[in-house]
Amino acid sequence: MRTLFEKIRDRHVVTARGDGNVLLYIDRQLIHEVTSPQAFEGLRLAGRSVRRPGAMLAVPDHNVPTTPDRTERIDDRESREQIEELRNNALGAGVALFDITDPRQGIVHIIGPESGLVQPGITIVCGDSHTGTLGAFGAIAFGVGTSEVEHVLATQTLWQGTPRRMRVTVNGALPFMVTPKDVILAVIAKIGASGGTGYAIEFAGETIRKMSMEGRMTVCNMTIEAGARFGLIAPDETTSAYLKGRPLAPPAEMWDAAVADWKTLPSDPDATWDREETLDASNLEPHVTWGTSPQDALPVGGVVPDPEAQPDPSERARMRRALEYMGLAPGTRMTDIVVDKVFIGSCTNSRIEDLRAAAAVASGRKVHANVTALVVPGSGLVKRQAEEEGLDRVFVAAGFQWRLPGCSMCLGMNPDKLKPGERCASTSNRNFEGRQGPGGRTHLMSPAMAAAAAVSGRIADVREVVR
Amino acid sequence: MIEKFVSLDTVGVPLDRGNVDTDAIIPARYLKTLKRTGLGVGLFFAWRYDAGGAELPDFPLNRPSFRGGKVLVAGENFGCGSSREHAVWALMDFGFRAVIAPSFSDIFHNNCLKNGMLPVTLPAAEVRSLIDALLAAPGGKIAVDLPAQTVRGPGGDIHAFRVDPFAKKCLLEGLDEIALTLTSAAEIDRYERERKKATPWLFLDLAG
Repeated sequence: MRTLFEKIRDRHVVTARGDGNVLLYIDRQLIHEVTSPQAFEGLRLAGRSVRRPGAMLAVPDHNVPTTPDRTERIDDRESREQIEELRNNALGAGVALFDITDPRQGIVHIIGPESGLVQPGITIVCGDSHTGTLGAFGAIAFGVGTSEVEHVLATQTLWQGTPRRMRVTVNGALPFMVTPKDVILAVIAKIGASGGTGYAIEFAGETIRKMSMEGRMTVCNMTIEAGARFGLIAPDETTSAYLKGRPLAPPAEMWDAAVADWKTLPSDPDATWDREETLDASNLEPHVTWGTSPQDALPVGGVVPDPEAQPDPSERARMRRALEYMGLAPGTRMTDIVVDKVFIGSCTNSRIEDLRAAAAVASGRKVHANVTALVVPGSGLVKRQAEEEGLDRVFVAAGFQWRLPGCSMCLGMNPDKLKPGERCASTSNRNFEGRQGPGGRTHLMSPAMAAAAAVSGRIADVREVVR
Repeated sequence: MIEKFVSLDTVGVPLDRGNVDTDAIIPARYLKTLKRTGLGVGLFFAWRYDAGGAELPDFPLNRPSFRGGKVLVAGENFGCGSSREHAVWALMDFGFRAVIAPSFSDIFHNNCLKNGMLPVTLPAAEVRSLIDALLAAPGGKIAVDLPAQTVRGPGGDIHAFRVDPFAKKCLLEGLDEIALTLTSAAEIDRYERERKKATPWLFLDLAG
């Protein structure tokens, strides 16, 4: 009677300390340019080396510009140096690198699964909080700090305590134009930005089972926005079908053994949970955020809430500050909020399905005259597939900019950022103050909703736009 | 390679906000460094300075009576969001050695311990009373005693806190966790030999 998480954890215990902490073997580590330089420097200073270079994959994503001239020049000196440092560290240690000119380059959480290296039953870390994305494969995948990146480079292990167990069960068919992004926004709104702190969350139920791997990754991606480091989904036929034939997936001669192993992983029916939550997807509406925390999500038909109606004084103060930052008044209809920019991309929503969903809304329509809209595919392979399907032409014809892969406007570390006061409809994961650039204002939503905002010039109910 | 932490008796700095995320603690543009040092200049940048770069006088870190304080007292879910360890490096570079809050994000909490910064979790009502006391009489002292696992507020009030025994030992002695783990190298070797038989597909070289 063990959960999926417990089964994976048990098979990765190298040794135990006797105080509840175990030394957990880490099968794989993904590395990007922002949180790794100090880890490699630490190794050098201590005279240590990378224990298993073949268990690592490095890629530049946070700093990279998304314009075509990036392969010739990157104007920002510090960004250029971080990308060069990553290259030097990877080459020096013999770590695989998808460099900026590599057709497989892209956002770290997109290229990992795409290559086939993220598999059921593994432990995988990255110096990035959105590593939970990879739990969609039925893996223990979690974000770590730079000291832990260094610890994994040197030892291929991490000391870990035991998280509590939460199951979130989602049942019901997703209504028209309601997506995995809306499911996870609704879950975060329900349990709160710290509701999952200390937990590993397993997502279960018919709605999750029917989701593609892309949709499952969107759900697990934002688990950290509810405070949980781990989001997991049991592996099934959808998982193995996604992996089969990918370059770093188990090769043909090992495939059957791997699949047989994966079938043993799902939580036992009598597994116990410390907390259970449920969501009925059949009544779900497209969600958008109004504030500066991902928990500030509501159905698009709603209005900006009134802090004065909030009984808890600290929450009331937080809401007041959020509204002041966002430049919004209580009672404003969400669909009356005018946007300046639209960003379709990020590790949450830049996979092929996301681009198809946005293109379906953009097709035959025009980006509003007052809006600048970006579409940033999550990887070079997503970009190529989208171009083969003609999605790039749909976007360009509608007035969207079609960019090269990277983290782009999710986090204000590269040339794609908001100016102070600018308001953005964004498919990314965080609406924190200044996240998309100092003074920028973010409304989180699905790719279809973002495309609807782009053509409407304001937040819009995509169901009405396409009607 | 962590700094030791034993005890502090210092001005307490109240930050009366919940859900303080690591983007607020250190904005992304400061993450382009290759070093762990010098990040204090960017700490709480958007809250410390106006658009023209002038200090905002009401922000606690800018108020004369709170200057030099080494303990930050803040609201729930402190350090949520991005895993950037730069948030801890920025707080420490500015001079902070401990943060007291009703709850912390898991990753930030870990990052603190790896750097000799003490995250102290106290019940929300006790944190509230500390923040209220510091706001009512700015400059009040807070003492943090790790061996005794207590916080003493400005009014002499004592608050006990819990800490993982191993983390406590690492903090008190400034232990290098990697060196400690490498004493288990033989067990790691053995684990790898066994798993290579059970799940050989996980030992294929990703570099091909």
